[in-house]
Order: sequence, then C-alpha cells, then structure tokens
Amino acid sequence: MQKKVFQLLVDNNVGVLSRISGLFARRGYSIESITAGITADPRFTRITIVAAGDELILVQIEKQLAKLIDVREIKELLPERSVYRELALIKVKVPVDDRQGVISLVDIFRANIIDVAPESIIIEMTGDQDKIDAFISLLEGFEILELARTGIAGLTRGTEKVTYL
Amino acid sequence: MIGADAIIKCLEAENIEVVFGYPGMAIAPFFNSIRDSSIRPILVRSEQNAAHAASGHARINGKAAVCVVTSGPGATNVITGIATAFADSIPLVCITGQVNSELIGSDVFQEADITGAVESFVKYSYLVKDANDIPRIFKEAFFIANTGRRGPVVIDIPVDVQLATVKNYSYPAEITMRTYKPTVKGHAVQIKKVTGELARAKRPIICVGGGIHLSGAASELRDFAERYQVPVVSTMMGIGALPTRHPLYFGMVGNNGKNYANRALDESDLLIMVGARLADRAVNRPEHITKGKILIHIDVDTAEIGKNAGPTIPLVGDAKQIFHQLRELECELTIKHDDWVTTLENYRETMKRTRTPNPAYVDPAVFIRLLADKMTDDSIYVADVGQNQIWSCTYYIVRGGRFLTSGGMGTMGYALPAAMGAKVAAPDRQVVAVCGDGGFQMSMMELATICQHDIPVKIIVFKNNSLGLVREYQHHAYDDRYSCVDLDGSPDLCQIAAAYGLTFLRLHDMNEAEMMIDSFLANDKSVLMECMIDPLDLVKER
Repeated sequence: MQKKVFQLLVDNNVGVLSRISGLFARRGYSIESITAGITADPRFTRITIVAAGDELILVQIEKQLAKLIDVREIKELLPERSVYRELALIKVKVPVDDRQGVISLVDIFRANIIDVAPESIIIEMTGDQDKIDAFISLLEGFEILELARTGIAGLTRGTEKVTYL
Repeated sequence: MIGADAIIKCLEAENIEVVFGYPGMAIAPFFNSIRDSSIRPILVRSEQNAAHAASGHARINGKAAVCVVTSGPGATNVITGIATAFADSIPLVCITGQVNSELIGSDVFQEADITGAVESFVKYSYLVKDANDIPRIFKEAFFIANTGRRGPVVIDIPVDVQLATVKNYSYPAEITMRTYKPTVKGHAVQIKKVTGELARAKRPIICVGGGIHLSGAASELRDFAERYQVPVVSTMMGIGALPTRHPLYFGMVGNNGKNYANRALDESDLLIMVGARLADRAVNRPEHITKGKILIHIDVDTAEIGKNAGPTIPLVGDAKQIFHQLRELECELTIKHDDWVTTLENYRETMKRTRTPNPAYVDPAVFIRLLADKMTDDSIYVADVGQNQIWSCTYYIVRGGRFLTSGGMGTMGYALPAAMGAKVAAPDRQVVAVCGDGGFQMSMMELATICQHDIPVKIIVFKNNSLGLVREYQHHAYDDRYSCVDLDGSPDLCQIAAAYGLTFLRLHDMNEAEMMIDSFLANDKSVLMECMIDPLDLVKER
C-alpha cells in the first residue's frame, strides 16, 4: 500500500464533487482525505485528494479521474516537490491547573489556542499530516473531547507547469 | 421560442431524424414541439426499450441516437438501457423530463434524481437549469457521446425549463471544451515501436474488440492484416470486424469462444489488442496474457490500457486513425509468418467441437449456419442473451453485414428493440433478431411498436421452455439441482403472433428448416418464427 497526493483542477459544475467521490466508491478505491475549494477564478475548483493503494490502483485512479469530463487537470503532488498543509482543531479537556502544560506544548508546535472554556480549550494547528499526528500523540495524557481535521491541501513548489488560478 | 422548441432545433442541427421515446407530463412540452418538426417520434412500449432501440440505431448509423422519456419512472426505466449502452461504449443522447426546477428535491410526484442514479454508467450528464444553455449543452452532449470512447450522455430537463423562453437561439458551430479533449491520433514514437515489434515477431496475432466497429475501422483492419499476413481473432463485441470466413480470421476468443482462437492467442509472441478491454469474458486471466509475449494495447481510452494487463506498448488513439498512421510507415517484415498461419489453419481444422444434437429438435448450430448463408450479404443479425447468444457467436457467419449483441452488460431482451432501432437506421437492410424464449418475453411488448410504426423486423425465438444458460450453469455447477429456470406458463407464440397480426412460423426439427428459413426471409413484413430447441441442449458439452 502506498499513498499518493493528487491535485485536481476541475470545472465548478453541479455535482462535480459527487462525481469524483462516486468514482472512488464504485471502483472500490480508498480515499484518505479530500479537500476542495474555489480558486482565484470562480469557474474552477482545486481539489486535493490523498489516495491509497498499490501502484496499479494508483495509476488507475489517476487515469479514471483524468477521464472525468469535469476534470481539467490532474497531477501528482510529489512530496519532494510540493508542500502540504492540513488544519486540525482539537478540543482538549484541561482543568485550569493543568493548562500550563498544554500551553507549552502548543507553543513548541507553533499551534494556537483559539478558544478557552472553564474546562476545555480548542487548539488550532496547521502543518503536514506527520506534524499533526505527532502533536496528537503528545496530547495522550489529556482527554481529547473532539477533533476535526480538514485533510490536506497542497501545491507544487516553484513555477514549473503551473496553471495560474 | 421556448426551451422545448430549442431542443428540437438542436436535434435537427445534429441531423437527428428519429427519436425513440415515451411521453409523460414532465416531457410534455417536448412532445408538443416535436409535432412541428420532421423528426419522427417512435413510441415504444417500455422505456428501457427506447434506449435499446437507440443503441441499435446508433450502432448501424455510426453516431449517437436519441431516446426521450419522462421524469420519475420513465427515467428510472431507461437506466438498464443506458447501462447496456455504456458497457458497450454505444453513443446515446438520452433526454429525460424532470419536475419543475423549483420542486426538485422535494419528492413530488414522479420525481427521481436521474442524473444521480445514472452517474456510474453515463459518460456525462446534465441537469439543465437555464433554457438559454440548451444549445451549448446539446452541442457538448453530442460531441461527448460521439467522440473519444463513445458512450451515453443524459440530459435532464425540468418541465419549466422546457417552457421557458430562449433568447437568441443559435446552435454553436464549433465546440471547445476546456476539460474534454479526446486523443485521436496515436503517438508517433509508439507507432514506430509497433512496426518494430511486428517486423521481429514470429507469431503475431491481432485481437479486435467493439472499438473497430465504433471507429469504423473494419476495412483498415482488413488491409493491415492482409498486408502483413497477421491472423485475427476477436472478442464478442468485435465479431464481424473481419468476415467470419476470411482466411486470416480465427474466431472469437474467451470462455465462450473457439478453443482454436484461445490457443492462437496463447501461442502468439506478439499480441496486438485493438479496441478491446481485455475483459474477463474474453481473456480469462489477463495477468497471464503478457507471459512470454509482447502486448501492444491500442485503445482510445487511456484508462483501459493497463487496467487489466500491463502492455509492453501502450498506444492511445482511435483505431482507424492508428491503422492509417501504421500504413504510412513502411514495415519490412524480417520474418515471414506463413508457418504460423498454417499452424493456426491446422488448429482451425482439427480443433472443431463436435456436437451431439437431438434429431427430434432444431439444432441451433446447423440452423444458425443455414440462416446465415441465406441472409443477404449486408444483413444485420441481433443476438439476445443466453444460450442463443453463445450459439449465435459460435455459428453465425458475418459476410459484409453486422452482428449486434449486448456484450458487456449481457442484457436479456436487448435483441428485439435493438433490431427495431437498427431497422429504422437501415430500412433497406435485412434485420433479424434472435432470442431465447426468456429474453423474448422481456421485450415482447415491442411487437406493438414494430406493428404501429411498420418496422419489419424478423424475429426468431429459440424455444426450450427454459432459461437455458442458467439451467446449463445449474447442470454443471449444482449437479442438476434446478431452480427457477422453468418457463412454464409462457404464452403460445402462435397466438401472440396472431394477436399482433404477424405471420408465424414454427420449426420443430431440421427437416423443414431450409424451406421455412426461405419463407421467413422472403416475407417483407415482420415474421415471428419459433424454433423448438432441446431443453437439454448445451452450449458447452463437458
């Protein structure tokens, strides 16, 4: 099993997301995360998909996605030539006395505390998936009440083969 | 002009002369507007058959045919027909009426999310929200259906959009789609590699699929095979790409194919697949096909190449175009294939399966050969699904005509409506549908359509009072423990024919076969002919 990150530029047509996710569902491909958002040109949406499978499946995923009429461009975001970021919101149960420990962890990871309640705080953290995983594992001593992760968005480095949108 | 008029204008601009359909409230404006047009609406008796008829029409006419149905049950009924066309890459444009756009999503009467429902077996679908988009959407829909790997496109049009005013109607002459640009021309480097391998090959073979018909590349294929003396085998969808009795043709491959065709495929050292998917029925274990041989896979759909077997040389493009490109390159064969061709001829002669037919019944093998010999050179034979399909594939002889069947989906009941569509597309050609008594009863209601619209299709029903192929499977796999394969209760077809005013013939055994086939084919009206088949007859004797 390998993972690949695909970046798609798609026409912002009705049902485009369901066409893409439906393709994964009906062909039995596994999707680790999918993020979508409008580009600088509102006619287009950029989608970042993390897919898992063996090499043959990953090649098929790329070809089948490319075949969809709404897909304007698809490229693999290679780790060495791209940047990935994910946003995670983590609600942790922290009694007032223990707050300082969490705050220092948050500082080390350059995360932010964006909400403080009497018994809990919400941490906002951006990074690649490994960093977020590492941070979550360090929170082990605390009770994580809720966790929301966005899945990664990614772009290639530099200006080579860039579609300006 | 309203949306419905615009739809008609678009169809006229696409030179559509006939639509197969079934009306309803949500498509009423369309069926009102079509009265002012020269487009001929053909009312079918069940929506599924509108799509099958359009499929038969498209396969003979070589471009997308149109079916039009209403919302809700009309749309859902057409789904099997769309899926059947999708599996065989047949170009269709399917127009479905939809409830008023403001009511979409509120589960009103006869509402169904058809674009959602057909998502996994259409090439593309549209839900029209603005009547002014109709010309662009239709232009795109026909372009998508008719190019690249062909396939069905659904256009769902709410009734209020059909009634809305269209300002400044004009049908686009040209089409540019940002996201859809099918590859037609083969890559020059890859083409060179093909001729390179061909020049070195000792035992080359070409395996053709339905892509040859879709691309209209039959004569190019023949030219290529003859020029380099390369033997040809075919998948079920490829039958007729080369005439059955062509010296270089060695039959259909696959688990229902000829054993000498499979052996030829196995023993080749260079396999050129053209317009075929390497699907499970044709190539049992695709992962083994590349062992000890070079595989060249030519297909218009990139995603088909490498899906089931990794080719040595992938070549994306339209079959016809690629044969033309191959023609331009002079290929000096360093090795003659004469021995190889002789070996295959020897296999063809000696590896014939023998049958042990029951003389009390019609022998489908002999019957189909006899029928084929008596049919005209350019006739169209439409096989249904079941034992009849396997017998048809095995024994029918294509000379210059076509052999149509539902290969990918294996949809029972396809033959009669598809034959109807084919006959409408080619009124001067002989069209014969061959079904079993199971499949026939799935589309028997279309006898009314052929009567109403005077479409003289000839119909043969192989009657064994059983779902033969399933029965055969239960014979082999469940030791004769039969379940739900008995067709007792079926109607007397003689009376059915009489009820529709059709001529009826019944053939009990082979004694009168020749005479009866003559009278069947000589009649210029629709004829229903029943052939009594031994319920114990098998397509594969083990």
